[in-house]
Amino acid sequence: MDRGFRGIAWASAAFILVLVVYIIFEIGGKALPAMSQYGLGFLTSTTWNVQTEQFGILPQIWGTLYSSLLALILGGVFGIAIAIFLTQDFLHSGLAAVFRTIIEMLAAIPSVVFGLWGIYVLIPLLRPVADWLHGSLGFVPFFGTSLSGPGLAPAALVLAIMILPTVASISVDSLRQIPYKVKEAAYGMGTTRWEAILKVMLPTASSGILAALVLGFGRALGETMALAMLIGNANQISLSLFAPANTLAALLASSFPEAGPVEVRALMYAALALLAITLIVNAVGLAVMKFATRKFEAER
Amino acid sequence: MNAHSEMKVAAEVAAPASLGIVMNCQLEKVFYGDFLAVRNSVVPIEKNKITGFIGPSGCGKSTVLRSLNRMNDLIPIFRFEGKVTYHGQDIYDKKVDPVVVRRYIGMVFQQPNPFAMSIYDNVAFGLRLNGFKGDMDERVEKALHGAAIWNEVKDKLKNSGLSLSGGQQQRLCIARAIATEPDVLLMDEPCSALDPIATRRVEELMIELKEKYTIALVTHNMQQAMRVADTTAFFGVDISQGSRTGYLVEMGPTKKIFEEPEQQLTREYVRGEFS
Ligand SMILES: Nc1ncnc2c1ncn2[C@@H]1O[C@H](COP(=O)(O)OP(=O)(O)OP(=O)(O)O)[C@@H](O)[C@H]1O
Ligand SMILES: [Mg+2]
Repeated sequence: MDRGFRGIAWASAAFILVLVVYIIFEIGGKALPAMSQYGLGFLTSTTWNVQTEQFGILPQIWGTLYSSLLALILGGVFGIAIAIFLTQDFLHSGLAAVFRTIIEMLAAIPSVVFGLWGIYVLIPLLRPVADWLHGSLGFVPFFGTSLSGPGLAPAALVLAIMILPTVASISVDSLRQIPYKVKEAAYGMGTTRWEAILKVMLPTASSGILAALVLGFGRALGETMALAMLIGNANQISLSLFAPANTLAALLASSFPEAGPVEVRALMYAALALLAITLIVNAVGLAVMKFATRKFEAER
Repeated sequence: MNAHSEMKVAAEVAAPASLGIVMNCQLEKVFYGDFLAVRNSVVPIEKNKITGFIGPSGCGKSTVLRSLNRMNDLIPIFRFEGKVTYHGQDIYDKKVDPVVVRRYIGMVFQQPNPFAMSIYDNVAFGLRLNGFKGDMDERVEKALHGAAIWNEVKDKLKNSGLSLSGGQQQRLCIARAIATEPDVLLMDEPCSALDPIATRRVEELMIELKEKYTIALVTHNMQQAMRVADTTAFFGVDISQGSRTGYLVEMGPTKKIFEEPEQQLTREYVRGEFS
């Protein structure tokens, strides 16, 4: 029984590895012509012009990282706060379970629905706030433009909501795994509730919470549909939260359907770049986690 | 805030003349929900002595011990009726903040429970919590010496506290508890997870510690009570009401409790005639 299960687990792991390698290989192969044609300049150029066959994805790389980072900050803070709220006796345990289910249900909402919600609800709601911020604090680069519809802010907000279930539920699990005796130890030392949470519980759960953040960030980097609808698809690099931007995934989604053979090759290169970013982020995340684990936990 | 200074004043004013009783637990009724767990027990804790709590399982030893620093407040259904005076101040008074109580009355638990931090940070935890500004290294070293574990860990203070053996972890927890120099140390079966050698070390340590601290010790092990406790409190279980309610049967010098107790129940228990 146990051995059978172990066999299945190994087989699945091996299958996933093979799949990842295969995907990299396949996309890499299709991207090869564009790679040799445009070289590394592809990553630093800012034009995407099918007529002149000039392709570059710096604005998309910027938009991908910027929107995901904003989403990570927002979704991370709220996700961890929710996890604390759900695990540290702020709620009756039955109620906490209900809340948790509701948050996990967010993950089941199709991203096109998030996109529609963003267009019809969030953007109209954001506009007065954005106008006010731009009007009174326009000298701050983050508020440097006004919001004329789709843009970075609505995209990042929706992304944050989309990664919330991931961050919150993994953080909940890692906080819940802490044995009761650790909490007793904290209170026994004379901590207040918040001191126990901030100085003992969160550090103890840090590797799990870090994993939650890495996964959330990975999810944000690759999110496609909602972003294609909300980010504005503009090839520009701006710090302003209200400016339209673009991401790699959104570029792929919106350009593929009508792309001719030349553009498809460039898009394959862009896809490879997105894949590379995601893999690097995950690898860095894993390394950080390993380091944190070594620091805080027993090496057993 | 206010409660803090009151506790402090109480501790300092009483300190010189406090030969004698540091804490006095005058427990009337303790409930978990509707369940009456312990009733009518007066347990004075004497300064610089080890007071042992013995009795059959479920008689409320841990409950009484944890009432002494309000650890039981963590359990929502717990309810305490009575008084626990600490240098004359009732720690169950509404004005008193349990957080402050626990900084004066430290605790060592049955299961070693170091934090998932370095050995150093474990010991420094309470000092940092209290905003200690002095020489941290010195205090950490002193506490580790005090807990008789310095020689084993002095070269690996940066390693995780969880990387130590069970016995070392327990001594680390003792170091963590004494680093802030609390007044009273509560120990709930601190040796039950340890092997005989580690147990001996912790027992020797307790005897050293009582020079500076006042200790209340729950133990299941009669030999341990005889070896280390100056005073012993024997708790029994009253099943006459159809429920199981613990109460203090008898308390006195350890020798007397074990050799010539006044109560028949105590005699039977210490002779091992029932458990
Ligand atoms: N958290 C709790 N909720 C409900 N009842 C509890 C709780 N903790 C203890 N009790 C009950 O209170 C009574 C006394 O328990 P306590 O743990 O104080 O006994 P003890 O003498 O320490 O026993 P042991 O020697 O087994 O540790 C027991 O009947 C126990 O079932
Ligand atoms: Mg007990």
